[in-house]
Amino acid sequence: MKKIISLSIVFLLIVSCGKDLPMSTFDTYGPIAEEQAFLFSIIFWAGMVVLVAVEAAIIYIYFKYRRRKNSNRKAAQFHGNTKLEILWTILPVVFLAVVSVPVLSAIWNFGTMPENPAVVVNVKGHQYWFEFEYPDLDVVTANELHIPVGKQVLINLDSNNVLHSFWIPKIAGKTDIIPNQGNQMWIQADHTGLYYGQCAEFCGESHALMRFRVIVDTDEDFATWIDHQKTEAYVPNDPLEKEGYTIFMSAKAGCGGCHMINGSKKAKGKIGPNLTHVGSRQHLASGIMENTQDNLRKWIKDPGKIKPGNIMASQGAVYMDPNKALTDSEVIALASYLQSLK
Amino acid sequence: MTTIPLKLPFKIDLSRPVNPTGIWDWITTIDHKKIGVLYGVTAFLMFITGGIEALLIRTQLAGPEMKIIAPDVYNQLFTMHATTMIFLGVMPLSAAFFNYIIPLQIGARDVAFPRLNAFSYWTFLFGALIMKSSWFLGGSPNAGWFGYAPITTTTFNAGHGIDFWVVGLQVLGVASLAASFNFIVTIINMRAPGMSFMRLPLFTWMTFITAILLVLAFPVITVALIELMLDRTFDFNFFNTRAGANPLLWQHLFWIFGHPEVYILILPAMGIVSEILPTFSKKPIFGYAAMVLAAAFIAFMGWLVWSHHMFTTGLGPIANSVFTITTMLIAIPTGVKMFNWLGTMWGGNIEFNTPTLFSVGFLSMFLIGGISGVMHSFSASDYQQQDTYFIVAHIHYVLFGGAIFGIFAGIYYWFPKITGRMYDEKMGKLNFWLMFIGQNLTFFPMHFIGMQGMPRRIFTYDANMGWAFWNGVETFSAYIIAFGVLFFIINMLKSWGNGPKAGDDPWDARTLEWSISSPPPVYNFLDVPKVEALDDFWVKKQKGLSKIKSKTKPKDIHLPQASYWPMLASLGLAIAGYGIIYNLVVCGLGIAMLLITVCAWSFEPVNEPDAH
Amino acid sequence: MSDETTTGLNNRKILMWVFLGSDCMFFASLIGTYLIYKGMGLPHPGPSDVFDIPTTSVSTFVLLMSSMSMVFAYAYLVRSNIKAFRIWMISTIIMGATFLGFQIFEFSEFYFHDHLSPQTNLFGTTFYALTGTHGIHVTIGVVWLGIIFYSSLFRNTVSAKTNLDLDLAALYWHFVDIVWIVIFAVVYLFGTFKGFPS
Repeated sequence: MKKIISLSIVFLLIVSCGKDLPMSTFDTYGPIAEEQAFLFSIIFWAGMVVLVAVEAAIIYIYFKYRRRKNSNRKAAQFHGNTKLEILWTILPVVFLAVVSVPVLSAIWNFGTMPENPAVVVNVKGHQYWFEFEYPDLDVVTANELHIPVGKQVLINLDSNNVLHSFWIPKIAGKTDIIPNQGNQMWIQADHTGLYYGQCAEFCGESHALMRFRVIVDTDEDFATWIDHQKTEAYVPNDPLEKEGYTIFMSAKAGCGGCHMINGSKKAKGKIGPNLTHVGSRQHLASGIMENTQDNLRKWIKDPGKIKPGNIMASQGAVYMDPNKALTDSEVIALASYLQSLK
Repeated sequence: MTTIPLKLPFKIDLSRPVNPTGIWDWITTIDHKKIGVLYGVTAFLMFITGGIEALLIRTQLAGPEMKIIAPDVYNQLFTMHATTMIFLGVMPLSAAFFNYIIPLQIGARDVAFPRLNAFSYWTFLFGALIMKSSWFLGGSPNAGWFGYAPITTTTFNAGHGIDFWVVGLQVLGVASLAASFNFIVTIINMRAPGMSFMRLPLFTWMTFITAILLVLAFPVITVALIELMLDRTFDFNFFNTRAGANPLLWQHLFWIFGHPEVYILILPAMGIVSEILPTFSKKPIFGYAAMVLAAAFIAFMGWLVWSHHMFTTGLGPIANSVFTITTMLIAIPTGVKMFNWLGTMWGGNIEFNTPTLFSVGFLSMFLIGGISGVMHSFSASDYQQQDTYFIVAHIHYVLFGGAIFGIFAGIYYWFPKITGRMYDEKMGKLNFWLMFIGQNLTFFPMHFIGMQGMPRRIFTYDANMGWAFWNGVETFSAYIIAFGVLFFIINMLKSWGNGPKAGDDPWDARTLEWSISSPPPVYNFLDVPKVEALDDFWVKKQKGLSKIKSKTKPKDIHLPQASYWPMLASLGLAIAGYGIIYNLVVCGLGIAMLLITVCAWSFEPVNEPDAH
Repeated sequence: MSDETTTGLNNRKILMWVFLGSDCMFFASLIGTYLIYKGMGLPHPGPSDVFDIPTTSVSTFVLLMSSMSMVFAYAYLVRSNIKAFRIWMISTIIMGATFLGFQIFEFSEFYFHDHLSPQTNLFGTTFYALTGTHGIHVTIGVVWLGIIFYSSLFRNTVSAKTNLDLDLAALYWHFVDIVWIVIFAVVYLFGTFKGFPS
């Protein structure tokens, strides 16, 4: 019996704290998230002490003071105790005063933007994807953010539509993206790797599907990635890819009206994600599916089904006008083209 | 009473109903007790609809990537669940108790403005119907109960859903304001002789403070809603970001209302628990003055913490620091109350019946909600918790484990007084344990998945996030809560008409409502009581002075009379509401009806004194 | 029901005070909105483009005088001088209506001449919402006073004994006047004269 209980407790603890889970705030890889987890641990343990003490008092009260049949015990008729009132007012004040010091220090730390950040990124929230622009490096991409390891990154947050929020739990807490507010935050990741992020402010039908990834690179890898992002898009030779390219750039499909493909003449739109190097991304449609041919075909065929309420499905001519709908072979060609854009 | 009779050029029979019976009795009643029952039954039915909305939400989230509920419907469900529970559930359930119990506790025959009281109920009913009718009229609001701009503007939300929300909440706001005006004046001005403020029962005190908070907070959300309505109906620019508007205006207005609102939600439940624990511990409340002072301090501080709902909106370190400190401070008086409740039970001879169990359940769960609240107050780490299931856990511990448990405690406690019958104690305990276990299994794991990164307001989640196990547990446990509520309903239906007779004072209680019959006569007290102490009824019982024969005859007691106008005025307001949504001419007609009925109400003659 | 109350004050008197407290928060929120958006959005037409301070000062003065007139009306009613009460009552109503006339004139000037509508910019939105709401309050007041005056023309229905009704209306009227003073200062004066915080 004891074994079962202790095993269950261990199991529950593992399942609860879940350090290895992709979005766990306990699994920290940057100074901000670390400090946040530390502050949480202070109040968590203090809270546990209070919780256990008070719940124990309640249980004690039940056993000691409950009315028993055949008992003539009279209740003690006291009205109060001023000393106790003062004590249990002052003690929590003292505790909170002490604890507020590291909290305030953290507030100022997180809220003070670095003067010389290694990288500046303009993050723009859309319904339902994240745009990433590196203004000093002349790079625009979407849904997968690359940053160099161990360096402070300044993030400017903006939206021309509704509210969103930018959150990478393992690196830092979130800051909301508010139109006309011009919020800023800084992040720093001290370990290379892949991190999960998600929009954390309700933004409409597919809010649940607005996710992103952060890839933390070494300095060299970051520089390589930037250089690659600056290059113009690959122009295909393969017949299937070429067919896709033609369809993409056609006026009938109208893809170029929303999407940018650097170096092309017809695809200069800025409404949807920049697709210049979409083939080299790990995920599609803001982090909700792996970047495979199959998934890409499904997306192009019916984006509204995968992400209800998304703008591509409600504004793209090929989805709105049945005469312009894409045939299956056109979808295959397009997917092939886009995957070639590495 | 000084009414000015108006001579009209045409004849309308404005005379008041004489001895209305059946449904007309209920439609024209101005008796606070009947109005209390109307509030209670209506609010409970609304609570059930909110519970069904919750079960649908939980069912969709039982496993990853389920496709039971479509995203847009899901968004309507979580919006309506919260709006229903807060405005159509907890607040009117508390109002049911204000109505029934306050005049009895202060030794009055009715509230200060009986017709205004009826108007409050009917306006609440129509507001609730407007809100819920959205499900059948093209779609419910889908932007959350907090309706952040700009997603609520017509640019991003063109259908009528948000309009139902805006109009419904304003109508409900009128109801709440009218009721609060009434209770403030009643408590100030209609106390029995000798009932000083520091001899008021704590439930009355909490009601008084709640009402003051309400009359100051609701105008703020009313302005926010009017501004949104002007934007949506007439293209004003309050939340038009293209014209330079800042969405934070909405958030500030909403939370300046919203934070006092959460104290409006919890203080009545705290008042109920403060009545029950002394009664069943057979000793006075520990630290009466401290309890009053703590509540007043909470109410005051409640105005200084609103931006803790906005820690992640980029207000800057100064604002975040200030609001961190003020939010920490508000935990202090709440802790004082918690310790005082423990002190009340300490050394007592405690009957652990259903009201006591719900009250102790309140203590143990409000404690957990309070602790997670202090965790949120640390704004620096709140950046991780905000907008996650950690907050959902906090909310439900304080509102379900707190407010709802307190209300259920009150329903069981005052059931014998209101109905004259006793409920089934065994079934009551079963109800408690199912709700208690269900609540903890449903909401405690939300702390875990919140810290593991699950955001709020998402209709689905990925299988490899690791949230599936606890979500499954939570869904299963939500059905346990529903099961518990089912036993509550059976108990109520069974006991209301058929339970064993309860007697005037089945609990050997402390306050004035227990000194009269169960249910009370329409005039409440034959003679207005003369109050000489706190817990006057208890004190008199100990001295053997509680049963003194009265010489007053019931027919000599002059009571307020029934009236058609309150319900008709509410109807006018409701028509105006639908008119704003659909047709401005109809809106004008509704306003005209409102003005005419209010005028008729002001000039309504009193029937012959003998025609009760 | 006994007319005895715990404080000695009539229930409706307390109700009016509580209502006015609530209405304070209502106007505070609208004024707050105006101040938050001051200087934001399209700058023209803006306060300095449209406001005619001399004209608005006259209407403000008229409203202030109507409060004084209200005080006299109440004083005469309480002393049972019904004739004098009626004179000061009608003058209050006329002054209130004059204020409303000025408001309508001002709104139409702004709308037709300056092309400032609630839809134009943030200034238009917040200005019309705030002053329009105040105008509705004044209108309700004028109607209420009108009903009392009309009733006073029928024998003894309005007398020193029933002065509570006028007392309540007067409280409401003074409140509406005080709110206007705040609006005049914050919106009109702060909006036009340099040196005031913008």
